[in-house]
Amino acid sequence: MLNYTLRRSLQAVPLLLLISVMMFLILNKMPGGPLAAYMQNPHITAADIERLKHNFGLDRPLYVQYFDWLGHTLRGDLGWSQVNSTSVTDAIMERLPATVELMGISFIVSLLIGVTFGILAAVKPYSMFDYFVTTFAFFGMSMPIFWLAIMMQLAFAVNGIHIPPPGYAILGYRLDITLPSAGIMSTDGGDFGDRVRHLIMPVIALALLSIATWSRFTRASMQEVLHTDYMRTAAAKGLTFMQILFKHGMKNGLMPVVTIIALSLPGLAGGAVVTESIFAWPGMGRLFITALLQQDFNLLMGYLMLTSVLVVLFNLLADLAYGWLDPRVKYD
Amino acid sequence: MALYPGVQTDPAVTQSMLPHAALAHDDEYARDRHLTWKKFKRHKLAFAGAVVLTLIVIGAVFAPFLTHFDPNAIDNAWQGSPLAPGIAGHWLGTDEIGRDLWARLLFGGRISLTIGLTAVVIEVLLGTFVGALAGYFGGWTDGILMRVTDAFLCIPLLPLLLVLTAIVAAESTKAALNFGSIVLIIGFLSWMPVARLVRGAFLSLREKEFCEAARAIGGGNFRIMFRHLLPNAMAPIIVQATLDVANVIILESVLSFLGFGIQPPTASWGNMLANSQENITIAWWAAVYPGLCIFVTVLAINYMGDGLRDALDPNVR
Repeated sequence: MLNYTLRRSLQAVPLLLLISVMMFLILNKMPGGPLAAYMQNPHITAADIERLKHNFGLDRPLYVQYFDWLGHTLRGDLGWSQVNSTSVTDAIMERLPATVELMGISFIVSLLIGVTFGILAAVKPYSMFDYFVTTFAFFGMSMPIFWLAIMMQLAFAVNGIHIPPPGYAILGYRLDITLPSAGIMSTDGGDFGDRVRHLIMPVIALALLSIATWSRFTRASMQEVLHTDYMRTAAAKGLTFMQILFKHGMKNGLMPVVTIIALSLPGLAGGAVVTESIFAWPGMGRLFITALLQQDFNLLMGYLMLTSVLVVLFNLLADLAYGWLDPRVKYD
Repeated sequence: MALYPGVQTDPAVTQSMLPHAALAHDDEYARDRHLTWKKFKRHKLAFAGAVVLTLIVIGAVFAPFLTHFDPNAIDNAWQGSPLAPGIAGHWLGTDEIGRDLWARLLFGGRISLTIGLTAVVIEVLLGTFVGALAGYFGGWTDGILMRVTDAFLCIPLLPLLLVLTAIVAAESTKAALNFGSIVLIIGFLSWMPVARLVRGAFLSLREKEFCEAARAIGGGNFRIMFRHLLPNAMAPIIVQATLDVANVIILESVLSFLGFGIQPPTASWGNMLANSQENITIAWWAAVYPGLCIFVTVLAINYMGDGLRDALDPNVR
């Protein structure tokens, strides 16, 4: 087990290096390259650009630049964000809490609703509730979340009902750069209730897809388990239905669900990019879109590598969790 | 154990859909097709989905005959504020700069549907090729190809798509170029689930007797792969491809909505929504209809895919 963990972790290293090379090359293809942010400034002349290129070492061969970036990154220095005028690490850390808050709450909501829906639908297949869950899953999977978000604003915010328009908290509804750095926990901008109300719509938009896919998957997995021989044996022993369901059914039926959930977390991060842009949520997704529009090379590189590391990490965790939960799985 | 149990692929698209033996005669093929069609029709929602999708495709194909408005032209009746539905012959109203919404929906549908279809064709061709090579040859070919597949799966898809389309949007001024690049980008970044699926199918099919028989009469590797094994692996590929058309339509709409996909003035359902959020108080109709089109189309395709899965599964009678 330890051996397997170590080997998988070591395999992740060349993978991440490969991804970083790809990202580095792609981002260098941006019109203007790493200096694109300066090119938009009319006061900067071609001679200035040449001087900046030399000062930043951008006139060196690409591979030298890459290893330079890699060296700094491995020492925890992700470079300078040209647009934010801070270090990339600071820019990301400032936005991280808001994203973690939004994603965390959406995750808990999806987990509770999705898994419960799936189990209940599996217990009573082809009942009214099962049809409701199936229909809900199809609608949820087919819904473009940005459109759902706009429709929710149309239905609630514009018509003056209590759910507030986009933004973080009333005082947080300012321009991008000066937004408060944390939501419920933050000390500036709006009281607690205000912040919770601002969470409702983004959380619905972000959680919908996960609820849909997780409930469908849980239903399929639980259905399979409920029809196994050991479930019949447990019933024959005289256990009550609840005992069977909780002790044998859920233990076995939810194992594959854990994997699916761990693996869909990076997808949730992708959804956060969209949700944050629509609801003016001051998180990392929004930071990424801003960085992309202003072509902030170091910030984009930092964000992309951070998300890649998370994807690889969750892949690994999903594998390990599966083996830990299911003793039948043998690692070699 | 499998490194990634049941990932990315729809969990219900499984190997159980593979036929247990190759069908020997043409009349058996015909009977099988007949049965598939009967089973598909029985799935009422899937059938309804197919009907709705057909209507939408007809609307997109015959767009010029269904409206006399130019999708990119600004109506003279427009005086700085969007026209409400019904005014001046605009059934669904105009957007905030006075372009007919119905015409833009029809022509935008062409773009959104074409991107969905072509990107999936690329994805399926690429995925099938990689998966077939890996599954048929096994060994180090399999090892290398699957590591590459894993690497692609570890790239955060949406951020990378956004970066790539941002580069394309900045560099390509021609609409056709923009369109083609987006198709290629999406296609080349989403072939991995198909590759996994085909590899899994080939791993089990290559051990079957008919494969051995084909080899015994002197069939070459590529002939066996694509003439004998591939037809038997088509069912799960078709289902996955159908569902992926829905995914790609959503993906394109997200990119265009954020301003990085299809560039204006060309209409796509996604970029029609791009400005709708700011203008929602003056033109709610411009925010409702394009999204409704995406939703209905994707829902129809998803139900169709579900019906196809049941219909093509030899274990479901």
